[in-house]
Amino acid sequence: MKKLLALFLTVTMVFGLAAALAEDAPVKMTLWTFQELHTELYKTMMEKWNAEADKPKLDIDFQVFPYEDMHNKLTIALQSGEGAPDLVDIEINMFANYLKGDIGLAPMNEYVEPIEDHLVMSRLNNYAKDGKFYGIDHHIGATVMFYNTEILEAAGVDYTTIKTWDDFHAAGKTVLEKTGKPMIVWESADCWSVYPMVNQHGGDWLTPDNQVRMDEQVVIDTLAFMKSMLDDGTAIPCPGGWTHTEEYWGWMNGGNCAAVCMPFWYLDRFTNYMPDLAGKMKVSAMPLWADGGHKSAQMGGTGTAVVASSPNAELAKEFLAYACLTFDGCVTTWKICGFDPILKDVYGSEEMKEPNKFFEYYDQDIFAVLSEVLDDIPDTCLTEYFPAATDIVKTQMAYRLVELREDPEQIAKDCAEELRSQIN
Amino acid sequence: MQNRSAGKTVKRRGIRSLSDPKVVPYVFVAPFIVFFLFVYMYPLIMTVIMSFQQIDGPNHHQFIGLKNYQKLNTRDFQMALQTSGRYALWDVIVLTIVPLLIACILHSGLAKGSGFFKSLFFIPSLTSIIVAGIVFRLAFGTLETATMNRLMTAMGFQPVKWLSYAGPGNFVLILLTLWRWNGVNIVYYLSGLQSIPTDYYEAAQIDGASALQKFFHVTLPCIRPVLIYVITITVLGGFSMFTESVALWQQNNAGGVGRTIVGYMYMVGFKKNNLGLASAVGLTLLVLVVAVNLVQLVLMGFFRKEE
Repeated sequence: MKKLLALFLTVTMVFGLAAALAEDAPVKMTLWTFQELHTELYKTMMEKWNAEADKPKLDIDFQVFPYEDMHNKLTIALQSGEGAPDLVDIEINMFANYLKGDIGLAPMNEYVEPIEDHLVMSRLNNYAKDGKFYGIDHHIGATVMFYNTEILEAAGVDYTTIKTWDDFHAAGKTVLEKTGKPMIVWESADCWSVYPMVNQHGGDWLTPDNQVRMDEQVVIDTLAFMKSMLDDGTAIPCPGGWTHTEEYWGWMNGGNCAAVCMPFWYLDRFTNYMPDLAGKMKVSAMPLWADGGHKSAQMGGTGTAVVASSPNAELAKEFLAYACLTFDGCVTTWKICGFDPILKDVYGSEEMKEPNKFFEYYDQDIFAVLSEVLDDIPDTCLTEYFPAATDIVKTQMAYRLVELREDPEQIAKDCAEELRSQIN
Repeated sequence: MQNRSAGKTVKRRGIRSLSDPKVVPYVFVAPFIVFFLFVYMYPLIMTVIMSFQQIDGPNHHQFIGLKNYQKLNTRDFQMALQTSGRYALWDVIVLTIVPLLIACILHSGLAKGSGFFKSLFFIPSLTSIIVAGIVFRLAFGTLETATMNRLMTAMGFQPVKWLSYAGPGNFVLILLTLWRWNGVNIVYYLSGLQSIPTDYYEAAQIDGASALQKFFHVTLPCIRPVLIYVITITVLGGFSMFTESVALWQQNNAGGVGRTIVGYMYMVGFKKNNLGLASAVGLTLLVLVVAVNLVQLVLMGFFRKEE
């Protein structure tokens, strides 16, 4: 009997000790991303989380991979069911790939639904399927216009008077005449010129049930407008093909172009890669289309998701909500990344007005521009064929318009036909 | 006890049979056979099966007949075929002739310091293609201030948007490949040239043959096996080229200028997550390369019996 009691006590002690040790040891997790900037945000939020007494301590291993490598690795890990991380950043254009078949990601509905009214839901709908939200975005990605005021002033143009795309085109002609510099660049190798313009105009590539919209009149009209600017030299093909190349940054930094139309998150590209334009750049709303459309377009994004098979999935979800859906998390997102957060409550708050490198660079109330357009940003339709549509825009639509200057109607028809042949 | 001794006999018999002259050859080739079956045959068979399937994840695949092959009738794939075909053609022409001429010059002793030039031509093949690709991409940039465009302007030509159009893009690609692989092909040719007995040239000399006649009637026939080998691997390399185009154009391929068949397969398989269609692309490439290689080998008389 004594022996039995001794054994019982020893076992209890060992288990108790193990449990006590386990409680103190932080929970280890892995996070994959392709954007190093995001790890700064997560690191800061993890420190804040660990400082709170009632939360289990976290020790997240942040692994940064090149864009394609990371998505390939994730595809293989989710398909084979092995080697996936606990948390992962998935780029918006790739997200639909992971919503096919058995979905390997965990829905975040219990954190999203209670605060639905406070969030810009059109962002989260991009990462949803059948009413379940699988990804949390960090920003709205509202497209805005960045003006180089030095060039505009030299040409005697006041950017605040530019209200419509026609005004923009007219201003472009003055700038070209007075300074010999183009007003804007159109990308020939990526979708960041064509898609925001079409989307703001009221168009898109697909309907939710995968009907192709690429050859609608609104797309043709948008392309025709872009071509008219190319034809008179107020717009030129982007050096390097798109606005994320060393060539473009160096050229733009040299003061060679009056404007660029990009999503809000491009703020950070200016501060990082075009330091000579500090104090000269101003952010403004996109010009409007005379025949309708919207005030802006939401572009780009990263849906951070929790892998469903992770042993710590519940905890990972709680941390993700803490980092991206709370007031503090969203303010930190702005401060570190320069993003326009998806929680509407933060706009107008004192915390968002604290000086930082972005206010210093642009020297204006950036959020006034944003709140102007926030109520009228159209949804984008991201079905499982969206990656295919984007690829067609990159390789054919933008290229044929900007480099080859072909007929907009013909381009739109060919691209639509190509997309249909890939769907059927 | 009895059982144990029985076990021993079996084992001994096993050892004896392994050293049996009839068995030994199989033992020696076994590693290759095993490797071949698992690393080449198994994926090949799986690719054939997958090319008839729609794959939406590990547990979601269904047979869809020839649908994947029908989907190859798109502008995208045709552009990839054109790009690969154009590249392979120029690749074979340039990478067969240029190294052969250089090898002949180096071998003939016409040029001084041939040892120095041999290593100079060979060094690029030791560099990383990604690094070389970045240097080429920046040198052949779209701006007028890019290195090559400055050179063009200095020579009185118009600046060119090298990587934006099919023609110049292909030129840069061939230049990169030539820079990189020239040295390797020179080594192949030199080994062939060095094996030609000098008597042949002497005999030709006595018969009054000119330098050109010697080249066409002595050198070329003698290095035919090397020539066949070089052309075969160049055709194969030309159609399966991927890294060079990725290094020059990265993930963006405006106008499909730099998207090869393998690039297309990669994009379909991983970026669009459609492994079934990617398998069909892969098999099409296999059939294409085998067909082109067979035609080339027949034309060059590879299957002709030596007289």
